[in-house]
Amino acid sequence: MNKLELSSLYQLTMARFRLIWREPEAIFWIFIFPILLAVGLGIAFRNRPADVLQVGATTEQLTQALTRDEGLTATTMNEEDGTRALATGRILLLAIPRADGVAYKYDDTNPDARTARLLVDGAIQTAAGRREAVRAENELVHETGARYIDFVVPGLLGMNLMGSAMWGLGFAIVEARQKKLLKRLVASPMPRWQYLASFLLSRLAMLIIEVAVFLGFARVAFGVPFRGSVWELGLLCVLTSLAFSALGLLVSSRARTMEAASGLMNLVMLPMWILSGVFFSATRFPAVIQPLVRALPLTAAIDALRGNMLQGMNLGQLIAQVGILLAWFVVPFAVSLRIFRWR
Amino acid sequence: MTEGGSVAVPAAKARTGTQADGPTLLLRGVRKAFADVQAVDGLDLEVARGECFGLLGPNGAGKTTTIEICEGLTAPDEGTVEVLGLNWRTGADELRQRIGIQLQETQFPDKLTVEETLRLFRSFFRRGIAVEESIETAQLEEKRSSRVGGLSGGQKQRLAMACALVGDPELLFLDEPTTGLDPQARRHLWDLVDGLKQAGRTIILTTHYMEEAERLCDRVAIMDHGRVIALGTPQQLIATVGGEDIVEFAVSGGETGSHEGGNGVVDAAPLTAIAGVQSHRVDEGLHQLSVSELHLAVPRIFAALKEQGLHLSEFRTHSATLEDVFVRLTGRYLRDE
Repeated sequence: MNKLELSSLYQLTMARFRLIWREPEAIFWIFIFPILLAVGLGIAFRNRPADVLQVGATTEQLTQALTRDEGLTATTMNEEDGTRALATGRILLLAIPRADGVAYKYDDTNPDARTARLLVDGAIQTAAGRREAVRAENELVHETGARYIDFVVPGLLGMNLMGSAMWGLGFAIVEARQKKLLKRLVASPMPRWQYLASFLLSRLAMLIIEVAVFLGFARVAFGVPFRGSVWELGLLCVLTSLAFSALGLLVSSRARTMEAASGLMNLVMLPMWILSGVFFSATRFPAVIQPLVRALPLTAAIDALRGNMLQGMNLGQLIAQVGILLAWFVVPFAVSLRIFRWR
Repeated sequence: MTEGGSVAVPAAKARTGTQADGPTLLLRGVRKAFADVQAVDGLDLEVARGECFGLLGPNGAGKTTTIEICEGLTAPDEGTVEVLGLNWRTGADELRQRIGIQLQETQFPDKLTVEETLRLFRSFFRRGIAVEESIETAQLEEKRSSRVGGLSGGQKQRLAMACALVGDPELLFLDEPTTGLDPQARRHLWDLVDGLKQAGRTIILTTHYMEEAERLCDRVAIMDHGRVIALGTPQQLIATVGGEDIVEFAVSGGETGSHEGGNGVVDAAPLTAIAGVQSHRVDEGLHQLSVSELHLAVPRIFAALKEQGLHLSEFRTHSATLEDVFVRLTGRYLRDE
């Protein structure tokens, strides 16, 4: 046996590693689940090549006029069928010729229907011989970085860092306490700080794999941009993971049973899932609760990750978020060291 | 292992400490209360080097609290605790290096192997035996690469023992080492403890099995309600019962006790008058006599009962055990609780 194998910090960290790798469920939640989520959201919110809108018309002549517009697919139907098709959402608008012109039947609270109204009207007016008063030309821009998937990937990353750190630490500690392993360990000459440090070390090592797999996938599959420094991005991930590890440690520092621990975990994480802007911008919440929302570690983490990846901001520009994350690391860690129940 | 490789014999190495002559363990006036329960109520104990000392008593007698106080896991409310000449307040780090502990209900991680678990525990000690050696001592060679979750109860218990041994401890604490094991696994573990005794380690164990205490321990303290109610070698304690054998009988149709006359009631006086009968007691209809010369006494007991016109519904004898000592002292059985 060499020197390394005699080091208790090494042995403790290796034990953590083995326990994680030998738990297939943990591997699923840490590595596979965020990718599945990203794929699902990527498909649901993918930017389609300019939407083609379904519309209907009651005469063949109108249908032909509408079909000439690339953005429209027109079907001929009688008024009764058309009304039904409108109600079920199969078409967005029904054009009906009147004695003095044409009538459009559509729902003006549906943005797509309003777009259809503009396109249909333009097509019919052009077919009737309208000339444009001002000549207009289109310059199309499809920029990466402004899509929903670009927005949601840093959010998912932050959420995943939170989940794996808190569950990874919290559950393992409470399980060890419940099975009296913790008591056995403190009865041995094991330095206590090394036990906690082994969790942080194994977490950081897992983090490298976890973040690389997820972001690599997001890059290859969706072309998500990395505009900021990759090293700073790594540092932000480490800091985020440390903050949530400390929080997981705090949550599990007293709990005696898994049930109590998972209740506490959900209590801590649920507000952040909702408020911290994983799936939509946290700025949508009322101004009154914004200070609270901003102070949450997940909000700070996600804002910082988005700032780095999407806007190419450096750490100096993200100092507020970094400060919040540091505070969430130091304070819960210090508190849990004081109140930790070793047996 | 670089430093452990040369340490091949499982015997506790003579660490010529300054306290070599003092007792390995010394408790004076130790008390500990939990909420409203006085778990340990004024305990004095002394265990010499090389001794195998047993704490015997029913569940709830305070054995585990006592041993955990000795192990430094529980702080006593009152009293002094000296282990290997050190105390837990100032010498905790050194003590943990020098003692081996097996707790009652530790569950090691299911997904680590036997060898990985032992390597982990070995790494906590500055010096100790090789992992290989602890595996051999606990006879887990075939299970070396098996996961802990797949071990039998007896194998898990032997793993716990091996974890207690990797630091080559001078003093070994075993808390209910065979509770919940089947008879075969229990005997296997007893052999293991025998081996450790022979190697000269000081062992302190708790048990509520009197056979275990009789078989393994040089000296036994019988505990009840947080106090030591008897202390001595198993032979000395059994001798206090007054006879080497116990006769138990019940009579049909009879209520118990000392009601005079009446059918089915035993008059104890003629029984205790028989030569060799040391004492008589009744517990729920079962009469117990402690007897010294069984072969002579039994015919006389039969005759005395016949004289009273009683019919036996049960009759049996056994050699006196620590259980009988406990029954005599408390009027209760060890197993009942």
